[in-house]
Amino acid sequence: MARVQTLPQTAAPVRVVREGGSDRSLALEIMERTGEDINRCYHCGSCANGCPFVQALDYTPNQVLRLVQFGLRPQVLGCSTIWVCVGCNTCSSQCPMAIDMGAVMDTLRHLAVEEGVAVAEPDILGFHQEMLRSLKRYGRAHKLGIMWRYKLRTRSFFKDMDVGLKMLVKRKLELTPSRVRNLKEILPIIKEFTGEMK
Amino acid sequence: MSEILEFSYYPGCSLATTAAESNNSMMQSARILGLELIELEDWNCCGSAAAKSLSQDLCIALAARNLSLAPPHRPLVVMCPRCLHQLRYAQACLRRDPDTRRALEAQWGRAIPLDLGIVHFLEVLVRYGLDRLKEKAVRRLDGLRYVPYYGCTLYRPPALTRKRYFQGEMENVLAALGAQAVPGAYTHRCCGSFLSATKPDIVTPLVNEITDAAVAVGAHCIVTACAMCQLNLEIRCTAQQKLPVFHFSEILALALGARDYEGWFARHLVDPKPLLESLKLVA
Repeated sequence: MARVQTLPQTAAPVRVVREGGSDRSLALEIMERTGEDINRCYHCGSCANGCPFVQALDYTPNQVLRLVQFGLRPQVLGCSTIWVCVGCNTCSSQCPMAIDMGAVMDTLRHLAVEEGVAVAEPDILGFHQEMLRSLKRYGRAHKLGIMWRYKLRTRSFFKDMDVGLKMLVKRKLELTPSRVRNLKEILPIIKEFTGEMK
Repeated sequence: MSEILEFSYYPGCSLATTAAESNNSMMQSARILGLELIELEDWNCCGSAAAKSLSQDLCIALAARNLSLAPPHRPLVVMCPRCLHQLRYAQACLRRDPDTRRALEAQWGRAIPLDLGIVHFLEVLVRYGLDRLKEKAVRRLDGLRYVPYYGCTLYRPPALTRKRYFQGEMENVLAALGAQAVPGAYTHRCCGSFLSATKPDIVTPLVNEITDAAVAVGAHCIVTACAMCQLNLEIRCTAQQKLPVFHFSEILALALGARDYEGWFARHLVDPKPLLESLKLVA
Protein backbone atom coordinates (compact mmCIF):
# COMPACT_ATOMS: atom_id res chain seq x y z
CA MET A 1 0.00 0.00 0.00
CA ALA A 2 1.43 3.35 -1.03
CA ARG A 3 1.89 5.90 1.70
CA VAL A 4 0.12 9.24 1.85
CA GLN A 5 -1.57 10.08 -1.40
CA THR A 6 -4.47 12.41 -0.80
CA LEU A 7 -6.97 12.64 1.98
CA PRO A 8 -9.59 9.96 1.45
CA GLN A 9 -12.78 10.79 -0.36
CA THR A 10 -15.83 10.74 1.85
CA ALA A 11 -17.78 7.55 1.30
CA ALA A 12 -21.16 9.16 0.95
CA PRO A 13 -21.56 12.75 -0.14
CA VAL A 14 -22.93 14.82 2.70
CA ARG A 15 -26.22 16.19 1.47
CA VAL A 16 -27.55 19.59 2.27
CA VAL A 17 -29.47 19.31 5.48
CA ARG A 18 -33.16 20.00 5.18
CA GLU A 19 -35.54 20.74 8.00
CA GLY A 20 -36.52 17.49 9.63
CA GLY A 21 -33.70 15.57 7.95
CA SER A 22 -31.32 16.16 10.78
CA ASP A 23 -31.31 15.27 14.41
CA ARG A 24 -30.21 18.24 16.44
CA SER A 25 -30.31 16.22 19.64
CA LEU A 26 -27.30 14.21 18.52
CA ALA A 27 -24.78 16.98 19.10
CA LEU A 28 -26.27 17.74 22.50
CA GLU A 29 -26.19 14.09 23.44
CA ILE A 30 -22.53 13.76 22.45
CA MET A 31 -21.62 16.94 24.31
CA GLU A 32 -23.46 15.81 27.41
CA ARG A 33 -21.88 12.38 27.49
CA THR A 34 -18.33 13.47 26.73
CA GLY A 35 -18.30 16.87 28.37
CA GLU A 36 -16.65 18.18 25.20
CA ASP A 37 -17.87 21.29 23.41
CA ILE A 38 -17.78 20.07 19.83
CA ASN A 39 -18.99 23.44 18.55
CA ARG A 40 -15.46 24.68 19.14
CA CYS A 41 -14.26 22.69 16.12
CA TYR A 42 -13.58 24.99 13.19
CA HIS A 43 -12.45 22.18 10.90
CA CYS A 44 -8.80 23.06 10.61
CA GLY A 45 -8.10 19.38 9.94
CA SER A 46 -5.21 18.99 12.39
CA CYS A 47 -6.80 15.79 13.64
CA ALA A 48 -6.94 14.37 10.12
CA ASN A 49 -3.34 15.38 9.45
CA GLY A 50 -2.11 13.55 12.51
CA CYS A 51 -4.26 10.43 12.31
CA PRO A 52 -2.08 7.41 11.47
CA PHE A 53 -5.13 5.63 10.05
CA VAL A 54 -6.49 8.44 7.88
CA GLN A 55 -6.18 6.43 4.68
CA ALA A 56 -8.38 3.70 6.05
CA LEU A 57 -11.14 6.05 7.21
CA ASP A 58 -14.30 6.91 5.31
CA TYR A 59 -14.58 10.21 7.19
CA THR A 60 -11.70 12.10 8.75
CA PRO A 61 -12.16 12.85 12.48
CA ASN A 62 -13.32 16.44 11.86
CA GLN A 63 -15.73 15.20 9.19
CA VAL A 64 -17.18 12.88 11.81
CA LEU A 65 -17.65 15.91 14.05
CA ARG A 66 -19.30 17.73 11.14
CA LEU A 67 -21.79 14.89 10.74
CA VAL A 68 -22.56 15.20 14.44
CA GLN A 69 -22.93 18.97 14.17
CA PHE A 70 -25.34 18.47 11.25
CA GLY A 71 -27.21 15.85 13.23
CA LEU A 72 -26.80 13.17 10.58
CA ARG A 73 -27.27 10.29 12.98
CA PRO A 74 -27.50 7.29 10.63
CA GLN A 75 -24.49 8.46 8.64
CA VAL A 76 -22.26 8.96 11.63
CA LEU A 77 -23.30 5.88 13.59
CA GLY A 78 -23.04 3.80 10.44
CA CYS A 79 -19.62 5.05 9.36
CA SER A 80 -16.46 3.01 9.28
CA THR A 81 -14.22 5.58 10.96
CA ILE A 82 -15.63 5.11 14.45
CA TRP A 83 -14.62 1.42 14.37
CA VAL A 84 -11.27 1.74 12.62
CA CYS A 85 -10.24 4.33 15.23
CA VAL A 86 -8.22 2.51 17.91
CA GLY A 87 -8.20 5.44 20.31
CA CYS A 88 -4.53 6.39 19.95
CA ASN A 89 -5.57 9.95 20.80
CA THR A 90 -3.24 11.61 18.31
CA CYS A 91 -6.19 13.71 17.12
CA SER A 92 -7.03 14.75 20.67
CA SER A 93 -3.49 15.83 21.44
CA GLN A 94 -3.15 17.77 18.18
CA CYS A 95 -6.47 19.62 18.35
CA PRO A 96 -5.83 23.36 18.74
CA MET A 97 -9.22 23.71 20.42
CA ALA A 98 -8.44 20.85 22.84
CA ILE A 99 -11.44 18.78 21.87
CA ASP A 100 -11.03 15.22 23.10
CA MET A 101 -11.86 13.56 19.81
CA GLY A 102 -10.99 10.13 21.23
CA ALA A 103 -13.78 10.48 23.77
CA VAL A 104 -16.20 11.50 21.00
CA MET A 105 -15.25 8.38 19.01
CA ASP A 106 -15.81 6.18 22.09
CA THR A 107 -19.22 7.71 22.66
CA LEU A 108 -20.25 7.29 19.02
CA ARG A 109 -19.33 3.59 19.21
CA HIS A 110 -21.33 3.22 22.41
CA LEU A 111 -24.35 4.88 20.74
CA ALA A 112 -24.03 2.63 17.69
CA VAL A 113 -24.08 -0.43 19.96
CA GLU A 114 -26.93 0.85 22.12
CA GLU A 115 -29.07 1.68 19.10
CA GLY A 116 -28.22 -1.58 17.39
CA VAL A 117 -27.41 0.06 14.06
CA ALA A 118 -25.77 -1.95 11.29
CA VAL A 119 -22.10 -1.18 11.86
CA ALA A 120 -19.80 -0.57 8.93
CA GLU A 121 -17.03 -2.78 10.32
CA PRO A 122 -18.71 -5.98 11.55
CA ASP A 123 -15.35 -7.76 11.78
CA ILE A 124 -13.94 -5.25 14.23
CA LEU A 125 -17.12 -5.32 16.30
CA GLY A 126 -16.95 -9.12 16.13
CA PHE A 127 -13.41 -9.07 17.45
CA HIS A 128 -14.42 -6.95 20.42
CA GLN A 129 -17.36 -9.28 21.06
CA GLU A 130 -15.09 -12.33 21.03
CA MET A 131 -12.91 -10.57 23.56
CA LEU A 132 -15.95 -10.07 25.82
CA ARG A 133 -16.97 -13.68 25.34
CA SER A 134 -13.56 -14.67 26.66
CA LEU A 135 -14.01 -12.37 29.65
CA LYS A 136 -17.39 -13.95 30.31
CA ARG A 137 -15.87 -17.43 30.37
CA TYR A 138 -12.55 -16.81 32.09
CA GLY A 139 -12.53 -13.24 33.40
CA ARG A 140 -9.36 -12.75 31.39
CA ALA A 141 -8.48 -12.58 27.73
CA HIS A 142 -7.52 -15.94 26.27
CA LYS A 143 -5.92 -14.80 23.05
CA LEU A 144 -5.75 -18.13 21.26
CA GLY A 145 -9.45 -18.69 21.91
CA ILE A 146 -10.32 -15.17 20.80
CA MET A 147 -8.35 -15.50 17.56
CA TRP A 148 -9.77 -18.97 16.91
CA ARG A 149 -13.37 -17.84 17.28
CA TYR A 150 -12.70 -14.65 15.38
CA LYS A 151 -11.32 -16.67 12.46
CA LEU A 152 -14.38 -18.93 12.50
CA ARG A 153 -16.70 -15.95 12.64
CA THR A 154 -15.05 -14.14 9.75
CA ARG A 155 -14.29 -17.34 7.80
CA SER A 156 -10.76 -16.12 7.35
CA PHE A 157 -9.10 -19.21 8.66
CA PHE A 158 -6.16 -19.31 6.31
CA LYS A 159 -5.52 -15.60 6.18
CA ASP A 160 -2.55 -14.73 8.31
CA MET A 161 -1.84 -18.33 9.20
CA ASP A 162 1.94 -17.75 9.17
CA VAL A 163 1.79 -15.12 11.89
CA GLY A 164 -0.44 -17.30 14.06
CA LEU A 165 1.92 -20.25 13.70
CA LYS A 166 4.96 -18.13 14.52
CA MET A 167 3.22 -16.93 17.67
CA LEU A 168 2.35 -20.49 18.64
CA VAL A 169 5.92 -21.65 18.11
CA LYS A 170 7.21 -18.78 20.22
CA ARG A 171 4.62 -19.74 22.84
CA LYS A 172 3.05 -16.32 22.62
CA LEU A 173 -0.41 -17.87 22.44
CA GLU A 174 -1.13 -19.85 25.56
CA LEU A 175 -3.09 -23.03 24.98
CA THR A 176 -4.87 -23.01 28.32
CA PRO A 177 -6.60 -19.86 29.53
CA SER A 178 -5.69 -18.18 32.77
CA ARG A 179 -8.84 -17.77 34.86
CA VAL A 180 -10.42 -15.66 37.52
CA ARG A 181 -11.56 -17.83 40.43
CA ASN A 182 -14.39 -15.62 41.56
CA LEU A 183 -16.07 -15.34 38.17
CA LYS A 184 -19.47 -14.69 39.73
CA GLU A 185 -18.29 -11.19 40.56
CA ILE A 186 -17.74 -10.42 36.90
CA LEU A 187 -20.60 -12.24 35.23
CA PRO A 188 -23.36 -9.82 36.27
CA ILE A 189 -21.50 -6.82 34.82
CA ILE A 190 -20.85 -8.50 31.50
CA LYS A 191 -24.31 -10.09 31.29
CA GLU A 192 -25.93 -6.77 31.94
CA PHE A 193 -24.11 -5.44 28.94
CA THR A 194 -24.27 -8.40 26.57
CA GLY A 195 -28.00 -8.54 27.24
CA GLU A 196 -28.24 -5.21 25.45
CA MET A 197 -26.01 -6.34 22.66
CA LYS A 198 -27.63 -7.82 19.60
CA MET B 1 8.33 10.20 54.33
CA SER B 2 9.56 6.67 54.53
CA GLU B 3 10.39 5.02 51.28
CA ILE B 4 7.87 2.68 49.74
CA LEU B 5 9.37 -0.61 48.66
CA GLU B 6 6.19 -2.68 48.67
CA PHE B 7 3.68 -2.41 45.86
CA SER B 8 0.61 -4.18 44.64
CA TYR B 9 1.06 -5.38 41.11
CA TYR B 10 -1.49 -5.77 38.33
CA PRO B 11 0.00 -7.84 35.47
CA GLY B 12 -2.93 -7.81 33.02
CA CYS B 13 -3.64 -10.44 30.37
CA SER B 14 -0.77 -9.62 28.00
CA LEU B 15 1.97 -9.73 30.58
CA ALA B 16 0.50 -12.87 32.10
CA THR B 17 0.67 -14.65 28.74
CA THR B 18 1.80 -13.20 25.38
CA ALA B 19 4.43 -10.96 26.92
CA ALA B 20 5.55 -13.20 29.77
CA GLU B 21 9.15 -12.18 29.03
CA SER B 22 8.29 -8.60 29.94
CA ASN B 23 6.71 -9.76 33.18
CA ASN B 24 9.62 -12.02 34.10
CA SER B 25 12.27 -9.43 33.36
CA MET B 26 10.42 -6.79 35.33
CA MET B 27 10.06 -9.14 38.30
CA GLN B 28 13.78 -9.91 38.11
CA SER B 29 14.64 -6.21 38.03
CA ALA B 30 12.38 -5.52 40.98
CA ARG B 31 13.93 -8.34 43.00
CA ILE B 32 17.45 -7.07 42.33
CA LEU B 33 16.43 -3.55 43.35
CA GLY B 34 14.75 -4.79 46.51
CA LEU B 35 11.25 -3.79 45.43
CA GLU B 36 8.45 -6.14 46.32
CA LEU B 37 5.67 -6.49 43.76
CA ILE B 38 2.73 -8.38 45.22
CA GLU B 39 0.33 -9.63 42.57
CA LEU B 40 -3.31 -8.61 43.04
CA GLU B 41 -5.27 -11.60 44.26
CA ASP B 42 -7.65 -12.89 41.56
CA TRP B 43 -7.39 -9.89 39.23
CA ASN B 44 -9.49 -9.77 36.06
CA CYS B 45 -8.96 -8.31 32.60
CA CYS B 46 -9.11 -4.50 32.59
CA GLY B 47 -11.56 -4.63 29.67
CA SER B 48 -9.01 -3.38 27.17
CA ALA B 49 -10.07 -1.85 23.86
CA ALA B 50 -13.14 -4.07 23.62
CA ALA B 51 -14.87 -2.78 26.75
CA LYS B 52 -13.75 0.77 26.05
CA SER B 53 -15.23 0.57 22.55
CA LEU B 54 -18.53 -1.00 23.45
CA SER B 55 -19.72 0.36 26.78
CA GLN B 56 -18.71 2.99 29.27
CA ASP B 57 -20.34 1.15 32.19
CA LEU B 58 -18.66 -2.14 31.38
CA CYS B 59 -15.30 -0.44 30.90
CA ILE B 60 -15.49 1.20 34.32
CA ALA B 61 -16.88 -1.83 36.16
CA LEU B 62 -14.24 -4.25 34.88
CA ALA B 63 -11.40 -1.96 35.88
CA ALA B 64 -13.08 -1.06 39.17
CA ARG B 65 -13.21 -4.66 40.38
CA ASN B 66 -9.41 -4.72 40.22
CA LEU B 67 -9.24 -1.51 42.22
CA SER B 68 -11.53 -3.05 44.84
CA LEU B 69 -9.03 -5.90 45.24
CA ALA B 70 -6.12 -3.57 45.95
CA PRO B 71 -5.14 -2.85 49.56
CA PRO B 72 -5.39 0.94 49.85
CA HIS B 73 -2.11 1.42 51.74
CA ARG B 74 0.31 0.43 48.99
CA PRO B 75 0.52 1.85 45.46
CA LEU B 76 -0.59 -0.29 42.54
CA VAL B 77 2.05 -0.87 39.88
CA VAL B 78 1.02 -1.59 36.31
CA MET B 79 3.33 -2.28 33.39
CA CYS B 80 0.86 -2.45 30.49
CA PRO B 81 -0.07 1.08 29.31
CA ARG B 82 -3.58 0.06 28.30
CA CYS B 83 -4.31 -1.52 31.69
CA LEU B 84 -2.77 1.48 33.43
CA HIS B 85 -5.00 3.81 31.46
CA GLN B 86 -8.17 1.79 32.08
CA LEU B 87 -7.54 1.58 35.83
CA ARG B 88 -6.73 5.28 36.17
CA TYR B 89 -9.64 6.24 33.97
CA ALA B 90 -12.10 4.16 35.99
CA GLN B 91 -10.79 5.66 39.21
CA ALA B 92 -11.17 9.20 37.83
CA CYS B 93 -14.73 8.46 36.64
CA LEU B 94 -15.77 6.92 39.96
CA ARG B 95 -14.50 9.95 41.87
CA ARG B 96 -17.04 12.00 39.94
CA ASP B 97 -19.79 9.42 40.12
CA PRO B 98 -20.45 8.28 43.70
CA ASP B 99 -23.70 6.50 42.77
CA THR B 100 -21.99 4.05 40.44
CA ARG B 101 -19.16 3.61 42.92
CA ARG B 102 -21.54 2.76 45.76
CA ALA B 103 -23.49 0.34 43.57
CA LEU B 104 -20.31 -1.51 42.59
CA GLU B 105 -19.02 -1.53 46.16
CA ALA B 106 -22.31 -3.03 47.34
CA GLN B 107 -22.15 -5.67 44.63
CA TRP B 108 -18.70 -6.87 45.67
CA GLY B 109 -18.80 -6.00 49.35
CA ARG B 110 -15.48 -4.18 49.08
CA ALA B 111 -14.45 -0.55 49.01
CA ILE B 112 -12.99 0.97 45.85
CA PRO B 113 -10.00 3.03 46.99
CA LEU B 114 -10.28 6.41 45.28
CA ASP B 115 -6.94 7.69 46.54
CA LEU B 116 -4.99 4.60 45.59
CA GLY B 117 -1.84 5.56 43.71
CA ILE B 118 -1.77 3.80 40.33
CA VAL B 119 1.70 4.03 38.84
CA HIS B 120 3.63 2.69 35.91
CA PHE B 121 6.77 0.70 36.66
CA LEU B 122 8.82 3.51 35.06
CA GLU B 123 7.53 5.88 37.74
CA VAL B 124 8.65 3.44 40.42
CA LEU B 125 12.15 3.51 38.97
CA VAL B 126 12.23 7.28 38.79
CA ARG B 127 11.23 7.50 42.45
CA TYR B 128 13.82 4.88 43.32
CA GLY B 129 16.44 7.24 41.98
CA LEU B 130 18.79 7.05 39.03
CA ASP B 131 21.95 7.18 41.17
CA ARG B 132 20.90 4.16 43.19
CA LEU B 133 19.88 2.37 40.03
CA LYS B 134 23.30 3.02 38.58
CA GLU B 135 24.94 1.53 41.67
CA LYS B 136 22.95 -1.67 41.27
CA ALA B 137 23.89 -2.15 37.62
CA VAL B 138 26.46 -4.82 36.91
CA ARG B 139 26.54 -4.59 33.10
CA ARG B 140 27.07 -1.30 31.35
CA LEU B 141 24.91 -0.80 28.25
CA ASP B 142 27.62 1.27 26.55
CA GLY B 143 27.40 1.21 22.79
CA LEU B 144 23.72 0.28 22.63
CA ARG B 145 21.94 2.75 20.36
CA TYR B 146 18.17 2.47 20.65
CA VAL B 147 14.99 4.30 19.73
CA PRO B 148 12.74 4.79 22.77
CA TYR B 149 9.24 3.83 21.72
CA TYR B 150 6.46 4.65 24.17
CA GLY B 151 3.55 3.96 21.87
CA CYS B 152 0.41 6.04 22.04
CA THR B 153 -1.25 5.08 25.31
CA LEU B 154 1.32 5.71 28.03
CA TYR B 155 1.01 9.28 29.33
CA ARG B 156 -1.03 10.49 26.41
CA PRO B 157 -4.77 10.05 27.03
CA PRO B 158 -6.17 13.60 27.32
CA ALA B 159 -8.63 12.76 30.09
CA LEU B 160 -5.65 12.01 32.32
CA THR B 161 -3.14 14.64 31.28
CA ARG B 162 -3.50 16.55 34.52
CA LYS B 163 -1.57 13.76 36.18
CA ARG B 164 2.19 13.85 36.55
CA TYR B 165 3.96 13.33 33.33
CA PHE B 166 6.84 10.87 32.96
CA GLN B 167 7.75 11.59 29.41
CA GLY B 168 11.41 10.95 28.63
CA GLU B 169 12.05 8.80 31.69
CA MET B 170 12.88 5.72 29.65
CA GLU B 171 15.77 7.72 28.17
CA ASN B 172 16.86 8.93 31.61
CA VAL B 173 16.86 5.42 33.06
CA LEU B 174 18.70 3.84 30.15
CA ALA B 175 21.18 6.72 29.88
CA ALA B 176 22.10 6.14 33.52
CA LEU B 177 22.89 2.56 32.51
CA GLY B 178 25.04 3.59 29.55
CA ALA B 179 22.69 3.16 26.56
CA GLN B 180 22.28 5.93 24.03
CA ALA B 181 18.85 7.06 22.85
CA VAL B 182 18.85 8.00 19.18
CA PRO B 183 16.58 10.94 18.38
CA GLY B 184 14.70 11.55 15.15
CA ALA B 185 12.54 8.43 14.85
CA TYR B 186 8.95 7.74 15.86
CA THR B 187 8.49 7.47 19.62
CA HIS B 188 4.72 7.86 20.01
CA ARG B 189 3.24 6.91 16.65
CA CYS B 190 0.46 4.33 17.08
CA CYS B 191 1.52 0.73 16.30
CA GLY B 192 -1.98 -0.18 15.08
CA SER B 193 -3.22 -1.75 18.30
CA PHE B 194 -5.97 -4.36 17.83
CA LEU B 195 -6.22 -3.66 14.09
CA SER B 196 -3.22 -5.97 13.90
CA ALA B 197 -5.70 -8.82 14.36
CA THR B 198 -8.56 -7.48 12.25
CA LYS B 199 -6.93 -5.33 9.56
CA PRO B 200 -3.26 -6.27 9.23
CA ASP B 201 -3.01 -4.54 5.84
CA ILE B 202 -3.52 -1.20 7.60
CA VAL B 203 -1.06 -2.00 10.36
CA THR B 204 1.89 -3.26 8.32
CA PRO B 205 2.69 0.10 6.63
CA LEU B 206 2.53 1.84 10.04
CA VAL B 207 4.84 -0.67 11.63
CA ASN B 208 7.23 -0.51 8.68
CA GLU B 209 7.30 3.26 8.93
CA ILE B 210 8.27 3.06 12.61
CA THR B 211 10.95 0.45 11.87
CA ASP B 212 12.31 2.24 8.79
CA ALA B 213 12.63 5.47 10.77
CA ALA B 214 14.60 3.70 13.49
CA VAL B 215 16.88 2.09 10.89
CA ALA B 216 17.37 5.47 9.17
CA VAL B 217 18.67 7.14 12.33
CA GLY B 218 21.13 4.32 12.88
CA ALA B 219 19.55 2.60 15.89
CA HIS B 220 20.47 -0.98 16.79
CA CYS B 221 17.09 -1.71 18.22
CA ILE B 222 13.77 -0.33 19.43
CA VAL B 223 12.95 -0.36 23.14
CA THR B 224 9.22 -0.32 23.90
CA ALA B 225 7.20 0.56 26.97
CA CYS B 226 4.17 -1.42 25.81
CA ALA B 227 3.70 -5.16 25.33
CA MET B 228 1.20 -4.72 22.52
CA CYS B 229 3.55 -2.40 20.61
CA GLN B 230 6.37 -4.89 21.03
CA LEU B 231 4.22 -7.63 19.55
CA ASN B 232 2.90 -5.56 16.65
CA LEU B 233 6.33 -4.20 15.76
CA GLU B 234 7.58 -7.76 15.50
CA ILE B 235 4.73 -9.66 13.87
CA ARG B 236 3.58 -7.01 11.40
CA CYS B 237 6.96 -5.79 10.18
CA THR B 238 7.75 -6.59 6.55
CA ALA B 239 10.53 -3.99 6.22
CA GLN B 240 13.67 -5.13 4.47
CA GLN B 241 15.83 -4.44 7.48
CA LYS B 242 14.22 -5.54 10.71
CA LEU B 243 15.36 -4.48 14.15
CA PRO B 244 15.17 -6.34 17.44
CA VAL B 245 12.35 -4.95 19.57
CA PHE B 246 12.86 -5.13 23.32
CA HIS B 247 10.58 -4.65 26.25
CA PHE B 248 12.08 -1.90 28.34
CA SER B 249 12.22 -4.28 31.32
CA GLU B 250 14.38 -6.78 29.43
CA ILE B 251 17.12 -4.21 28.83
CA LEU B 252 16.86 -3.04 32.42
CA ALA B 253 17.09 -6.56 33.83
CA LEU B 254 20.06 -7.28 31.59
CA ALA B 255 21.93 -4.28 32.97
CA LEU B 256 21.03 -5.28 36.51
CA GLY B 257 22.65 -8.66 35.98
CA ALA B 258 19.67 -10.99 35.44
CA ARG B 259 20.79 -14.37 34.14
CA ASP B 260 17.67 -16.07 32.80
CA TYR B 261 17.45 -13.93 29.67
CA GLU B 262 17.75 -16.93 27.30
CA GLY B 263 14.11 -17.73 27.94
CA TRP B 264 12.98 -14.18 27.18
CA PHE B 265 14.93 -13.76 23.98
CA ALA B 266 13.80 -17.14 22.66
CA ARG B 267 10.29 -15.67 22.55
CA HIS B 268 11.26 -12.83 20.22
CA LEU B 269 10.43 -13.06 16.54
CA VAL B 270 13.45 -10.96 15.57
CA ASP B 271 16.38 -12.63 17.30
CA PRO B 272 18.11 -10.02 19.49
CA LYS B 273 21.03 -12.24 20.46
CA PRO B 274 23.44 -11.37 17.60
CA LEU B 275 23.14 -7.69 18.57
CA LEU B 276 23.63 -8.34 22.28
CA GLU B 277 26.54 -10.67 21.62
CA SER B 278 28.25 -8.15 19.37
CA LEU B 279 28.01 -5.59 22.19
CA LYS B 280 29.20 -8.22 24.67
CA LEU B 281 26.04 -7.78 26.71
CA VAL B 282 25.33 -11.50 26.80
CA ALA B 283 27.77 -14.38 26.80
